[in-house]
Amino acid sequence: MTESRKKLVELKNLKKHFPIKSSFLKKGTQVVKAVDDVSFHIYKGETFGLVGESGCGKSTLGRTLNRLYDATAGEILFDGKDIANLTNKELQPYRKRMQMIFQDPYSSLNPYMNVEEIIDEPLEIHTNLSKNDRKKIIIDILEKVGLKKDDMGKFPHEFSGGQRQRIGIARALSINPDFIICDEAISALDVSIQAQVINMLEDLQEEMNLTYLFVAHDLSMVRHISDRIGVMYLGKMVEISKSDELYNRPLHPYTQALLSAIPIPDPIKAQNSKREIISGELPSPIEMETGCRFRSRCPFAKSICAEIDPELKQVDDEHLVACHLY
Amino acid sequence: MENNRREKNVLLDVKNLRTAFYNGDSKMEVVRGIDFTVQKGEILGIVGESGSGKSVMVKSILGIIPNNAKVDAGEIVLDGEHLESLSKKEKRAIRGREIAMIFQDPMTALNPLKKAGDHLVELLVRVRGMKKKEAINEAIELLRMVGIPSPETRVNQYPHEFSGGMRQRVLIAMALACNPKLLIADEPTTALDVTIQAQILELLKKLQKENDMSVVLITHDLGVVATICSRILVMYAGRVMEEGMAHEIFYSPKHPYTKALLNSIPRVDGEKTRLKPIKGSAPSLQTISSGCPFADRCEFAFDKCFKETPEYQSFSSTQKSMCFLAGEGAKVDD
Repeated sequence: MTESRKKLVELKNLKKHFPIKSSFLKKGTQVVKAVDDVSFHIYKGETFGLVGESGCGKSTLGRTLNRLYDATAGEILFDGKDIANLTNKELQPYRKRMQMIFQDPYSSLNPYMNVEEIIDEPLEIHTNLSKNDRKKIIIDILEKVGLKKDDMGKFPHEFSGGQRQRIGIARALSINPDFIICDEAISALDVSIQAQVINMLEDLQEEMNLTYLFVAHDLSMVRHISDRIGVMYLGKMVEISKSDELYNRPLHPYTQALLSAIPIPDPIKAQNSKREIISGELPSPIEMETGCRFRSRCPFAKSICAEIDPELKQVDDEHLVACHLY
Repeated sequence: MENNRREKNVLLDVKNLRTAFYNGDSKMEVVRGIDFTVQKGEILGIVGESGSGKSVMVKSILGIIPNNAKVDAGEIVLDGEHLESLSKKEKRAIRGREIAMIFQDPMTALNPLKKAGDHLVELLVRVRGMKKKEAINEAIELLRMVGIPSPETRVNQYPHEFSGGMRQRVLIAMALACNPKLLIADEPTTALDVTIQAQILELLKKLQKENDMSVVLITHDLGVVATICSRILVMYAGRVMEEGMAHEIFYSPKHPYTKALLNSIPRVDGEKTRLKPIKGSAPSLQTISSGCPFADRCEFAFDKCFKETPEYQSFSSTQKSMCFLAGEGAKVDD
C-alpha cells in the first residue's frame, strides 16, 4: 500500500557543509557538516516531523530543502524533479509550490507593511491576477486563518504573537502551495495559543491538501501532529519511523534518551518513570571523529561504533535506524 | 493542627502583593494582589503564560524591579523578617545570602569579560568575607558540586567557552555560593535542550535535598512542574487562580483555567486526540477592570463573572481556587 503513495519530496544523500574561515595563522579551512548525507522522503499529504536538539541541523535541512541555502551535494527531488542545482529563474515555479512558516512571529513580518501588503506580496510575485482578484483571495485566506477582513489595514504591531503567526501562515498559504515547511512555527507561542495554531494547521491541511515538514524541538507536539518522524543528531538522520511506533518502540539509544527526557505533565507518572538521563552534551560539530557520532554519550557503545559510521537501515515496515545494535 | 504545623514551617509569607508599572500618568498593575507562602524545604512551582506576572512577582520580592515599577502594597515576610520596609541597602544584603535567583537566559546572565571562577570569587569575597585564595578553592568545590567536569581548569575559562547547560550550572553554583534559604529559579531550563533540561532539573532536586533549602520554580511548562514540584500556584493576569499540591492541581483541578491549560497540551503518553485550545488570548492588563480576569475565555462564565471578582474557595487545607463555580466549572468534563 505504501508503495502506491506518491512521494512529494525526496532527499538523496543531501549534504550542507559550512566552511569556517581559518585565521591567517592556521592553514586550511574547517567545515561544519550541518547536514551530512541525509536521505528520506515525504509522502504527499502527510506531516513529517523532524526533531533533534539545537545544533543538530534540522533547521539547516529545512532551509536547504527549499533552497534558501544551496546544497553542498546530493539531490532534492520535488515532485520527481531534482531542484538542487536549478537557477533562481528555473526555481520560480517550484518556490510557488513550497512555502515556509518561520519561528519568530515578531521578526518574520515586515513592520512597515500592513496585513494586506504582507499577504499580497507572494501573490504579486507568483501570479498574474489583477489587484481586485488578489484582494478577494486575501480576504478568503484571512478568514481561513481566523482573522477578520477589517484586519487588512492593520500593521503587525497591533497583533498578539498568536495572531501574527496566523498572518505568517496566511502569507504562506495565499498562493496555494503544496508543501509547507514549519520551522519551529509554534515554539514562540504560549501553551494555550499553540493548541489553537496546531488545530488550525491540521484543518488547513485537510482542506487544502497540504504536505508539512514540521521542524521542532517540542517532542510531544511533534508526536501529536506528525504521521512520521525523523530524529536527527549532529547532521545525521539516526531514526525514521511512524510517529506512534517511534514513541512506543524507540530503537536508537539517542531517540530513547530524548524521549525519556521529556517531562511528563502527570506527577505520579513523572515520579515513577525511570528516567535515563544521558550525560554529556552535543559534541562540537567541527572536530568530528570517525564512527557513530552519538558514541561519546551512548551507554551501549561498542568498539565497532568508533570505527564504522552506521548506515540508516530498515528494520521494520517504515522504521529505519542507524545503529550497530540492530 | 495541620494548619498549625504548616504555619510553623513557613519560610516566606507574601500577603496582598501589588506591583504596578508607571508610565507618565498611566498605571499598569501587573501583580494584582497575591497571597502565598513558601514552606521550608519544598519546591513550589509557579505556572502561568507569558504576561501573567510571575516573573515580576518574584522580582518584587527581591526588590529588583525596574525603576518605573513600584511595589504598591503588601507584606513580604522572610523567616520572621519584614522585607517590604527594608532600605535598598538592607535588601541588597539579603539577596544572595538569604534569597538567591537564577535566570532564564544563561547566555546573557554572565559577564563575558570575566572568568567563570571570578564570578564566584567576587561573590564569596563580598558576601561571605573570604580571602581570595580561599575563595578560589571554594569556587572549584562549588563548580564540582553542580557537576561541571574538571572544575580546576573550568574555573579559569570565560563564559563563551561554556555551553548553555554548563553556563546554567555556573549560575546555579553562584546562587548556592552563600547557602541561601530560598532559591528562586525563573524559567531555568527554558533555553535548554530537553536532555540538558533533564540534567539540570535532576541537579536542582538533588541540591535542594542536600542543602535543605526551599525552591520557587517559575515555568510555563506543565511537564517540568509535574516532574519536580510538590506544590503549585497557577497564575493568570497578575493573580493566583488556583493553588494546591501537585496531585490536586493535576488530578482534581478546580479552576476552569487550570483545567483548560491541562487540556490544551498534547500528551506523549496515551492516545492522540484533537487538542482543546483555550479560545481568545490573554487580556491586556491596561484595560482589565472588574470581574474575573479569565471570564472572557472561560466556557462556564456567566453574568456575575464579568462584574465581580470571585473570592477564594477552599477545597482542602492546601487547595483553593478563585472561581464562583466552586469547582463545578472544572468538574463539568469534556
